[in-house]
Amino acid sequence: MASSTKSNAKSRSQSSKPSRNGDSAPLLNKDLPSTVDHLDLFKMMYLIRQFEIACGENYSKGLIRGFLHLYIGQEATGVGAVSGLREDDYIVSHYRDHGHALARGMDVNRVMAELFGRATGTSKGKGGSMHLFDVAKRFMGGHAIVAGQLPLAAGLALAQQYQKTDALTMCFFGDGSTNQGVYHETLNLAAIWKLPLLFFLENNMYGMGSSIERVRAGGIDFYPGIATYGIPALEVDGMDVLAVKEATDVAVGKIRNGEGPQFIEAKTFRFVGHSLADGQKYRGQEEVKEWEGRDPVLTFPAKLIEMGVVTDKEIARIKTEVDETVAKSVDFAEQSPEPDLSQIYNDVMV
Amino acid sequence: MPEILFREALKRGLQEALENDPRVFMMGEDIGEYGGAYAVTDGFLEKFGPERIKDTPISEQAFVGAGIGAAAAGLRPIVEFMSISFSLVAFDQIVNMAANLRYMSGGQINVPMVIRAPTGAGVQLGATHSQSFETWLAEVPGIKVVCPSNPYDALGLIRSAIKDDNPVIVAEPALLYGDKGNVPDEYYEIELGKADVSRTGTDITLVSYGYGMRPVNSAADSLEERGHSVETIDLRSLNPLDIETVLTSIQKTNRVVLVDSARRTGGVMAEVAAELQQRASEWLDGPIMRVGSIDVPWPYNRGLEREVLTDAGDVLAAAAEGYGM
Ligand SMILES: Cc1ncc(C[n+]2csc(CCOP(=O)(O)OP(=O)(O)O)c2C)c(N)n1
Ligand SMILES: [Mg+2]
Repeated sequence: MASSTKSNAKSRSQSSKPSRNGDSAPLLNKDLPSTVDHLDLFKMMYLIRQFEIACGENYSKGLIRGFLHLYIGQEATGVGAVSGLREDDYIVSHYRDHGHALARGMDVNRVMAELFGRATGTSKGKGGSMHLFDVAKRFMGGHAIVAGQLPLAAGLALAQQYQKTDALTMCFFGDGSTNQGVYHETLNLAAIWKLPLLFFLENNMYGMGSSIERVRAGGIDFYPGIATYGIPALEVDGMDVLAVKEATDVAVGKIRNGEGPQFIEAKTFRFVGHSLADGQKYRGQEEVKEWEGRDPVLTFPAKLIEMGVVTDKEIARIKTEVDETVAKSVDFAEQSPEPDLSQIYNDVMV
Repeated sequence: MPEILFREALKRGLQEALENDPRVFMMGEDIGEYGGAYAVTDGFLEKFGPERIKDTPISEQAFVGAGIGAAAAGLRPIVEFMSISFSLVAFDQIVNMAANLRYMSGGQINVPMVIRAPTGAGVQLGATHSQSFETWLAEVPGIKVVCPSNPYDALGLIRSAIKDDNPVIVAEPALLYGDKGNVPDEYYEIELGKADVSRTGTDITLVSYGYGMRPVNSAADSLEERGHSVETIDLRSLNPLDIETVLTSIQKTNRVVLVDSARRTGGVMAEVAAELQQRASEWLDGPIMRVGSIDVPWPYNRGLEREVLTDAGDVLAAAAEGYGM
């Protein structure tokens, strides 16, 4: 077991501070022997960060509309988690889905075009930011009814079990979604049917403006209670991409081994508001600053450089490359046509 | 033609699908060990095993959602509610998920799932167990809704529903499970979205579906005894709605009574009436008459429930009031 993960086998005291693990040994060179993997992880985190920044800018310009939920701050969680999957595994996400979609390798241009509502978007402009889909990549949404994606994921996992594959489904959800009844229903169903389902809780401490302490009886730690369902649960530092990857590898290994559903709780934080409409009146900037001090997009490359795994030149080269990719995606989206009005009637029924 | 029960017709359709297509499986509360609340799936567990006949916990949201996910992954689940009244706790999954997935994914995801549910009043189950939410579901684009009134249609519709690549709700009138009807041994299907002119006539058109066909048929008998020639239309499908068949009939009869056995207000016939008002008023000799069950929560008491539920007398009264028949 990684020192940066905790399991529900043991109890622990609660803390509302950012998860620490400063004292634990980094996992470099253990599960990820080559530097290429480290760079890929950094590159993806940086891509998501820059993509989200570009989204924010284009929202201000009115080119992206509707609700826009950014993933800024949570990159290490999504990238670490998705990096532990195979191509034939399914991913199900919620409305804060850009990071998961990009980590899955969805086309940056087409995702941006979807946010712009253009015909070239992943859903031809009919889904929007909260409803990203790419079936070829087994990215099954993008779901904007809080917790509604959980039983869908159970069904995908059920199909994988029924088809006797060793593929699995990873389902992301937020701390706020655990107050929906269907969360309980799905945990129970997955457990009694031993579904190949990885419940991935991104505990970013808030559901919109509601801190967990205010809306959840039982404190900020979810993973200990999961034992009630007979589902093994791990807690992991969601700001540490390698720790997340390792926890995911452990859980994925167990699922492929036929041990049934697993649960990971990543403690993470969004550095920005819930959506672009959020003035963040409900929390102090001190708390945000404290978490920003652990920004994975800054700390991870710094650590890699310090350890001599990469040079700052290489990091700079990646950044330039990614910046171009993101800029191009905005150009692509802007230059893409609006959907034809005839599209209104398409895709309702088969 | 051999006579079989409504429930046996459904059972035959389900069994064929389970035998012929390994992607088909069933989920629901007590469909396996117990044999189904209305015995439709009796014996299936022994025949097809627990992987394909899945008893679920009492978790409608989770198992309907799981059916949607399994369908999105290429299986063809058939999910059963014990009552359509219980579908309310899973409406989010049916509407936000099953109906919307295809559209919001830009056509990437199909949900070839059948949801079966006993529907309607008449057996004194009181307010929470007697409702007819197929009327609510019929409004939702992206799902089909059918409601058979006899064993022949039940088999033909369930076959087509299982083959359809869209989510299809099959509302099964609880009062009809024990009804008998002729069903041929030869294979047939009934196209979803096509109404049936179940009796042809020239003087008046009576339109209904599901359990409502029972009062319609007996009212038609009475009217014919009085010398009127009656045409009856069984919509069979609430979405898509086959307005054309109704229009064609009205051009001939010039008189119409629309009959819901569900509550009158906001029922399917309200939609039919609105279409007819726009497209058929020039053909009609009188007002578009509409009957439905009384707009109250379903009472338990037998006398009260019978009074609330649409019956042949209501249909005859409407024919008399609208057209002096
Ligand atoms: C059923 C439902 N209720 C309310 C909302 C509005 N809403 C959207 S996101 C959200 C907060 C969810 O928080 P959490 O699950 O912690 O995810 P996070 O946004 O933190 O990633 C709320 C209340 C919704 N989309 N769906
Ligand atoms: Mg949250």
